[in-house]
Amino acid sequence: MHTKTIAEIIEGLRNKQFSSEELTKAYLDRIKQHDKTLNSFITVDADVALKNARDADKKIADGNAESLTGIPIAQKDIFCTQGIKTTCGSKMLDNFIAPYNATTVQKFNDVGAVLAGKTNMDEFAMGSSNETSFYGAVKNPWDTNAVPGGSSGGSAASVAARLVPAATGTDTGGSIRQPAALCGITGLKPTYGRVSRYGMIAFASSLDQGGPMTQTAEDAAIMLNVMAGFDQRDSTSVNKPVPDYTSTLEDSVKGLKIGLPKEYFGEGLDPAVGDAVQVAIKEYEKMGATVQEISLPNTHFAVPTYYVIAPAECSSNLSRFDGVRFGHRCDNPKDLMDLYTRSRSEGFGEEVKRRIMIGAYALSAGYYDAYYLKAQKIRQLISNDFKQAFEKVDVIMGPTAPDVAFNIGERTEDPVTMYLSDIYTIAVNLAGLPGISIPAGFAKDRPVGLQIIGNYFEEARLLNVSHQYQKVTDWHRRVPKGFE
Amino acid sequence: MEWETVIGLEIHTQLRTKSKIFSGASTAYGAEPNTQACAVDLGLPGVLPVLNKEAVHMAVKFGVAVNAEITPRSIFARKNYFYPDLPKGYQISQFELPIVGKGELEITLADGSVKTIGITRAHLEEDAGKSLHEDFQGMTGIDLNRAGTPLLEIVSEPDMRSAEEAVAYMKKLHSLVQYIGICDGNMQEGSFRCDANVSVRPKGQKEFGTRAELKNINSFRFVERAINFEVERQIDVIESGGQVVQETRLYDADKDETRSMRSKEESHDYRYFPDPDLLPVEVTADDIERVRGELPELPDQKRDRFMADYELNMEEANILTSSRETGDYFETVIKASNSKPKICANWVMGELSGALNKSDMSISESPVSAEMLGGLIQRINDNTISGKIAKQVFEAMWNGEGDADAVIENKGLKQVTDTGAIEKIIDEILAANTAQVEQYRAGKEKMLGFFVGQVMKQSQGKANPAIVNNLLKEKLSS
Amino acid sequence: MALDRTDVEKIAHLARLATEESELPGYADDLSNILKLVEQMDAADTANVEPMAHPLDMAQRLREDEVTEENQREHFQNIAPQVESGLYLVPKVIE
Repeated sequence: MHTKTIAEIIEGLRNKQFSSEELTKAYLDRIKQHDKTLNSFITVDADVALKNARDADKKIADGNAESLTGIPIAQKDIFCTQGIKTTCGSKMLDNFIAPYNATTVQKFNDVGAVLAGKTNMDEFAMGSSNETSFYGAVKNPWDTNAVPGGSSGGSAASVAARLVPAATGTDTGGSIRQPAALCGITGLKPTYGRVSRYGMIAFASSLDQGGPMTQTAEDAAIMLNVMAGFDQRDSTSVNKPVPDYTSTLEDSVKGLKIGLPKEYFGEGLDPAVGDAVQVAIKEYEKMGATVQEISLPNTHFAVPTYYVIAPAECSSNLSRFDGVRFGHRCDNPKDLMDLYTRSRSEGFGEEVKRRIMIGAYALSAGYYDAYYLKAQKIRQLISNDFKQAFEKVDVIMGPTAPDVAFNIGERTEDPVTMYLSDIYTIAVNLAGLPGISIPAGFAKDRPVGLQIIGNYFEEARLLNVSHQYQKVTDWHRRVPKGFE
Repeated sequence: MEWETVIGLEIHTQLRTKSKIFSGASTAYGAEPNTQACAVDLGLPGVLPVLNKEAVHMAVKFGVAVNAEITPRSIFARKNYFYPDLPKGYQISQFELPIVGKGELEITLADGSVKTIGITRAHLEEDAGKSLHEDFQGMTGIDLNRAGTPLLEIVSEPDMRSAEEAVAYMKKLHSLVQYIGICDGNMQEGSFRCDANVSVRPKGQKEFGTRAELKNINSFRFVERAINFEVERQIDVIESGGQVVQETRLYDADKDETRSMRSKEESHDYRYFPDPDLLPVEVTADDIERVRGELPELPDQKRDRFMADYELNMEEANILTSSRETGDYFETVIKASNSKPKICANWVMGELSGALNKSDMSISESPVSAEMLGGLIQRINDNTISGKIAKQVFEAMWNGEGDADAVIENKGLKQVTDTGAIEKIIDEILAANTAQVEQYRAGKEKMLGFFVGQVMKQSQGKANPAIVNNLLKEKLSS
Repeated sequence: MALDRTDVEKIAHLARLATEESELPGYADDLSNILKLVEQMDAADTANVEPMAHPLDMAQRLREDEVTEENQREHFQNIAPQVESGLYLVPKVIE
């Protein structure tokens, strides 16, 4: 049962092959059985999950089933869940029972999905390996010595190990796509503004975007149908009709114009990963797509630019964690300054502190123009690169990450090397474009992800293009050893 | 040495919206602590701001009223600093592109001279909460009800040269924001607060001296006192060989002095940057024209009209247009009394204003409505009562004894114009005061006043004074 | 730009983070390395380029001025570290 996709589970529930309660129990059992190894969940509340499941069964019996009714979905622990601990992977929020639901969570509740649990993540989504979590590293189910990627590492690992059918993630610089690639699953980062950010604990507000993490593109389409949409509580949410993302999955890719940015295949890319990606692109050519080389000339500025904008925004976003109204508060503060500095230093981990400090520095008097303003200008250049590319091609393809999953501990000593894990994903966030990573084979026995980047609001096309590939390949059906 | 004072004011006006600038929580004053602080106001993780339409509308209204440039795409920025009454660790404000740009305001000084004060900008921002320093287990209590209340911070150019000018500017602004309905002007509740930047320089010097910022002065009187104290202090410092330091100072009304706020001393680095949660605020030329069409008559326009239509002088017109309510009241009185505006003006500025001051009431709280006052003046005009009796009637109306006609009727105050009746009284008075009559006739004409007084007294003030005068003169000279 | 201990202390103070004396050199190194990465931006020609604050070129949407939130003080203060009489408590603030 656990290897079923959402699409298959929906059928099973409709045909009464199993109830949501049975389904939910089965997944809860799998979590219990395997998550000691993987550490992909921070919180699993079986009572809540089973109650959701029974409510869903009633809804199904009453003939009111919607797409995800009764299906266990894991939420990244960055989404506020009312009455349930929401930690954002941080000691700072270890005691934080969210008093309200994120819009995304509410939308899953409204269709009767089951909350399977809250997944582990890099602290405040700052990381590319899930090693910065206060709740410990998450292991990659394909090789437990390897990282699952980050920051949505718990979501990626749990879906890859089939502990849940699907999960949500958030992507600020690659945090959905990179772990999806490293864990061999499908992960979609929608266009900025497509999915509400309300209740999604902010890392870098102008970059953050929630999205689905699933086995297949079809499942991602079903998930996005629920997640996407205008939210009046989010000023950056876009008021634009949401198409039915499943309705165009079967469209042909014949004549599809694919651009391959030469900057994504050069120095820094592991040759084995490059080979796997090229093989995948050959499949598209077989299906009648055409391929051309393009250039995104400012690609090499993406990581430096991101490491100004994201830390600057985070340094400000994380100021609210001050030990006054919620979250960690140090014992016996002797004065106000002590309350602030001790609560924050005890509550935040190293990587978060580093980024807060870099951000505070980049915004401080005398440095703003050289760092923040300069970064915003380069952001424009990077965005223009894509605009020009999309005049020539329909989608852009390349590797999601420069390498397969690295080993736990391998890059923790050197933050800058770690930052380069997101070299191919970051520009997409800076431009605000949608991007997807889909499984495209293996290199060194670890999964490789193919990244497909679309023009603004072309999620439907990305899902269609991904689905067509998944119809002729079976990488997405591979299950890591020990989790079959 | 002769010194010149340079003052610029930053005035925070609370906009009278129903809900907060970025959330749907109420802005009503005086609620129980933290009962009007919603998730957004508390800065809970994950919450996001959405801008209140009315706050933008009000800011544009102000901009149009002071002839300011309105920024077509203004930007919200974050001002970052840690303080317990600032839940997010940053205040959402405007920095580089405020919604209202350069404008100006005309002030009139006591000597009648007029001066134009430049307005540098006005920007929208959210208010902070309140720290309560009463003892809570030796700690400070934080109430965030006020957090997120919309403010329009109006920044003037350093164009004022005396405390008097500063107060005149502040009063003018205070009246304007109430005229256009964007602020209730309640200074006790903190709806209209002032920070003053004060410096001194030798007369004739071009460069500005080092300034001190006087924080949160919440009455006109205190602004004047705080500035005057600060000017003296700065001159003393310089004349005794010292230097003024740039700092924030707090005015202590009890001691009538300003003192350095050491806790705010630490050099601030606010790390402003555009708020990524909010997008540029667009105001189109059409929006501006629409707002212009909605604006009521502004104080200056009204003043000019009063001077032209009602033959008032500048001072009178200024007083009668000091608030929208005063102007409306005055014009209603004219209509209701059908009398000369000048007489109405005298009543509003005299009797009414005196009574209001005495009971510390505003004109909208007056127990004597404009219609009632108009009715009273009408009765003077048609000779039903004398001006003197009218004051008595006014007092009765003030005390709730009904309108003018009712009071006149009930108290029998109707003026006596029957010459026969008056003649009778005069005859009695003259007969009883033969010595005085002799004096008058011997050339002591001042005695006339004595007789008038006696007659009026006898008639309980009801005799028409003009008739009394004429008849007396006639009889005494016969 | 390489940061030294004093810079780190200053930034940490601005961000209200406590830094142990022993941690300063490590932070100084890490932050300097990150800044080295960041300063690759210098090579970009950004003359006449408009800064981009948002991915999408939209204007701010405005909310009707309506009170939509009710009092939830008890609910919100359940998760507060220290409250009394409905107030959040902090160590004495000296003005």
